[in-house]
Amino acid sequence: MSTAAPKRPAGPARLTWRTRLRRDKSLLLMTVPAVVLLLVFNYVPLFGIVTAFQEYDPLVGVWHSEWVGFDQFQQLFGDPAFWASMKNTLYLSFVQLVLFFPIPIALALLLNSVVSERIRNFFQSVVYLPHFFSWVLAVTIFQQMLGGAGVLNQFLRQHDIGTWDIMTNPHTFALLVTSQAIWKEAGWGIIVFLAALSAINSELYEAAAADGAGRLRRMWHITLPGLRGVIVLMLVLRLGNALSVGFEQFLVQRDAVGHEAADVLDTFSFYYGIATGGYSYGAAAGLFKSVVSLLLIWGANKLAHAFGEDGLYRR
Amino acid sequence: MTNVLTMGTRGEKRRAATAAARRRARSARPPWDEPPTAVGQAAKGLTLGGMLAVILVPLYIIVLTSFSTPGAINRAGGLVIWPDGLTTETYRQMLSDSTIITALGVSLGITVVGTAVSMAVSVLCAYGLSRPRSLGHRFVLLLLIITMFISGGLIPSFLVVTGLGGYGQWWALILPSAVSVFNILVLRAFYQETSSELIDAARMDGAGEWRILWSVVLPTSRAVTAVTALFYAVGYWNSFFNVMLYMPTDSEKWPLQYVLLTYVNRANGLPGSVNSGFGQTHAQTAPLSLQMAVVVLTLVPLVIVYPFVQKHLRTGVLTGAIKG
Repeated sequence: MSTAAPKRPAGPARLTWRTRLRRDKSLLLMTVPAVVLLLVFNYVPLFGIVTAFQEYDPLVGVWHSEWVGFDQFQQLFGDPAFWASMKNTLYLSFVQLVLFFPIPIALALLLNSVVSERIRNFFQSVVYLPHFFSWVLAVTIFQQMLGGAGVLNQFLRQHDIGTWDIMTNPHTFALLVTSQAIWKEAGWGIIVFLAALSAINSELYEAAAADGAGRLRRMWHITLPGLRGVIVLMLVLRLGNALSVGFEQFLVQRDAVGHEAADVLDTFSFYYGIATGGYSYGAAAGLFKSVVSLLLIWGANKLAHAFGEDGLYRR
Repeated sequence: MTNVLTMGTRGEKRRAATAAARRRARSARPPWDEPPTAVGQAAKGLTLGGMLAVILVPLYIIVLTSFSTPGAINRAGGLVIWPDGLTTETYRQMLSDSTIITALGVSLGITVVGTAVSMAVSVLCAYGLSRPRSLGHRFVLLLLIITMFISGGLIPSFLVVTGLGGYGQWWALILPSAVSVFNILVLRAFYQETSSELIDAARMDGAGEWRILWSVVLPTSRAVTAVTALFYAVGYWNSFFNVMLYMPTDSEKWPLQYVLLTYVNRANGLPGSVNSGFGQTHAQTAPLSLQMAVVVLTLVPLVIVYPFVQKHLRTGVLTGAIKG
């Protein structure tokens, strides 16, 4: 994450900040609307975290609600529903990491080996498309294909094979949501890998081929090392977001498969915090999630550095 | 890419490089690559073709069903796979359904207003932060980037918005998510690359920063503007969770996605539940063709805009991935 502006040779003389303010005041003015919106909707809620240590009462507000210290957390850590949602979060995240993560890489390699540019372009424009669908739409499409009244069961019924309702089966929920995620996002995921592939110097391949390296050896010794940086970066992002897995996706399907299978930390926070009015309880769950997420990002970056890569930010 | 290009055309230097020849060169197999085996080609074709089919076939079935007659749907026992009696009656019915028309208006309104607000705020902020060594830009940048890592979480945000009186208000669907720091960083990365000669020349002519942004920077960065606007617009068009938060019972203010969720998705997803149809106009179950027509309706704006922006997608995403 480079935040510094490109370095220029230092100016002739150091200007006082007054002169710089006069010079740059319109630039600063331009950032005001965005900064105000972020202050109101991102920074003020940071102070709202205190509600997690209160018994928040909407009638008296944050200032006058009763202070209860760590009571909410104590209750939370003794709540089987919370641990169930924690377990679901980690399980669903893990399944998605294992099954989803390699697919965009494999697709990018495959697509990169297609010779015809026209086919490559057509394929890309089709597989990027579902990324722009909402989760409501994506789940609806899955329902129409695989649901109880969907195309698959229509076919099974007509041929007297019985029915197979995938959409409401809590036991296969992890596989269902992973295939939805693959359907919707795997195509979009190939963009970064394609870019990394096109950045690999093709003279390397030529030289390796001249030395008698076959297709697989070239893949192993040139292509994969060329992708290493991007793969590590994507992995870091994925691990850092491990606790935020598929919030809207699960929210849409929670009623169909039941909360035992579909509740993750985010949906837990929503249902216990807002839908049932236990604001402080939900805020405590949310705070727990934010803190662990931050630790995960930090840890994932450490891991990237250990592999000699930049990760999300440099050392 | 350039290397492949020069290699492919090495022997044909004398020939005039027409566009067609250049395309052929770019599509040529590099000379050092082994010719593909038949099995390998078949496996590759099957994989890529299968991927396309998995995306396109469901869309085809849904569009076809939305154009099918009740008879065709009956004969098929649900969704229609082979054309068997087509009609546009469903769409005529849909466009006279007040629930859907209201929802469409709401969705379009939120998308247009939201995108305009987001773009104005983001473009200004990105340019304000893009000039090298300007006063305070590092501090503001830090303020922005922190929000990408630390958030108060769902409940505190909800309490702030409702505390400001946002419950049931339109602005609650737009302002809390109006700024995407990621998009600002993408725009900023592009503005930093705008030629400084052009900007200096404009400054010599007495143009202020606002003038420079409007008549030098914006015209030279149309592609990234288009991609960013698409990202924002898609975000607003697709949002439904904020409706669940701020106007869950106000069905007249529901956007299309929420109508889709309530009447199509939920009605089918709940085992044994009776489909209640759309709003008051149809006392009976909403027919399948109508449900599918609503699905198609949520797709239409995307399909209209997508081709124009599609070729720029790569640039926008990669700048974000690399510089963000």
